[in-house]
Amino acid sequence: MERLDPLRDRVKSLLDGGEVAGVLALRRSGPATTPHLFRPGDSLDDLALWPKYHLPKILDRLLTAHPEVRLGMVTRGCEERGLIEMAKHNQVDLNRIVPIYLACTAAERDECRCAWPYPSRVDVGEKVEGIADALVAEHEQLSLAGRTEFWKRQFARCIKCYACRTVCPQCFCEVCVLEDNKWVESGVLAPPFPSYHLIRAYHTVAKCVGCMECERACPAEIPLTVLYTLLRRDAEQMFGYVPGRSVEDLPPLVVETLWQTAH
Amino acid sequence: MEYKNVLTTCIYCGTGCGLYLEVLDGRVTGVLPAKGHPVSDGKLCVKGWNAHAFIHHPDRLTTPLIRERKGGELRPATWDEALDLVAHRLLEIGQAHGPDAIGFLASAKCTNEENYLLQKLARAVIGTNNIDHCARL
Repeated sequence: MERLDPLRDRVKSLLDGGEVAGVLALRRSGPATTPHLFRPGDSLDDLALWPKYHLPKILDRLLTAHPEVRLGMVTRGCEERGLIEMAKHNQVDLNRIVPIYLACTAAERDECRCAWPYPSRVDVGEKVEGIADALVAEHEQLSLAGRTEFWKRQFARCIKCYACRTVCPQCFCEVCVLEDNKWVESGVLAPPFPSYHLIRAYHTVAKCVGCMECERACPAEIPLTVLYTLLRRDAEQMFGYVPGRSVEDLPPLVVETLWQTAH
Repeated sequence: MEYKNVLTTCIYCGTGCGLYLEVLDGRVTGVLPAKGHPVSDGKLCVKGWNAHAFIHHPDRLTTPLIRERKGGELRPATWDEALDLVAHRLLEIGQAHGPDAIGFLASAKCTNEENYLLQKLARAVIGTNNIDHCARL
């Protein structure tokens, strides 16, 4: 099903309605596709769908810079779930976001090895079912020692570019411990194994929704999604928690009394 | 309210990774990797991720500075004045001490063509092979 025309209609009607100051989406510019804020009256001829970017994090920055506005966003399943987790951790106000929900195609799902390629409501596109990540299945065939060896080999290639941290919508500490000399010595490659990557994994567990932006940004092509998918499964099995599933679910790392006070 | 991304090439080394400068309300606020770029395909190193940082930095020089005498204060100058001074002093030094008293340092922030022109200036105009690049400073 062609998605671009119906999406263009949706974006246009949201912009014309006057409810939002702009709609964050993707725009084709020559051979490139970039995140872009379409404003009322802008041409939507260049509206694009792929490749996706870490839009929730970009939206957060735009909303912070302009506390007076509401913004629309073309929102995929992983992006909706990412925004929900950000909202639970006081990073965004969902009342200031008007999503246009987009279902991913089978090709996009396959590229992301995605188990959940659709949002809670589909405005544009047709829902396709998720798939199991073949790399995760492959990883599970390894023994415990084999897994350690696998990650040691993968992480030895890390060039400490911080892209995984920088693109992650769930990475929002004001001071990042990965830049603290106490934990990660500056000027040394590769970063300490396994602490560097486990610090990040612990910081994102029960928040990571598997948008895959970290893995796609990694110059060393470390299959980070495999690690985070397994952590997400552990969080679900141990705490019954699925990141991004619902605004109401109590995140396991938030103290319950504080949560009740806040809600 | 305006947010857009402008495609450019990373200035930090010769690889030529593609990146977008994020422009929010007329100011460059960040970098995004260019997905699908033939050189870098959406990946950047830590320098590329920070390629925007100097643009609005308060320490950035926005005009040439001239120091009139040793130990003196730097004062702002026009490009014409600064280039005249440099040309004049290079000639003077070359005539007094020979062309090998002069060295040139090229920059990774320039294009290949600009660096070619700099070595042409060193070799053909001044007459020295003393040329190197900033990566070995």
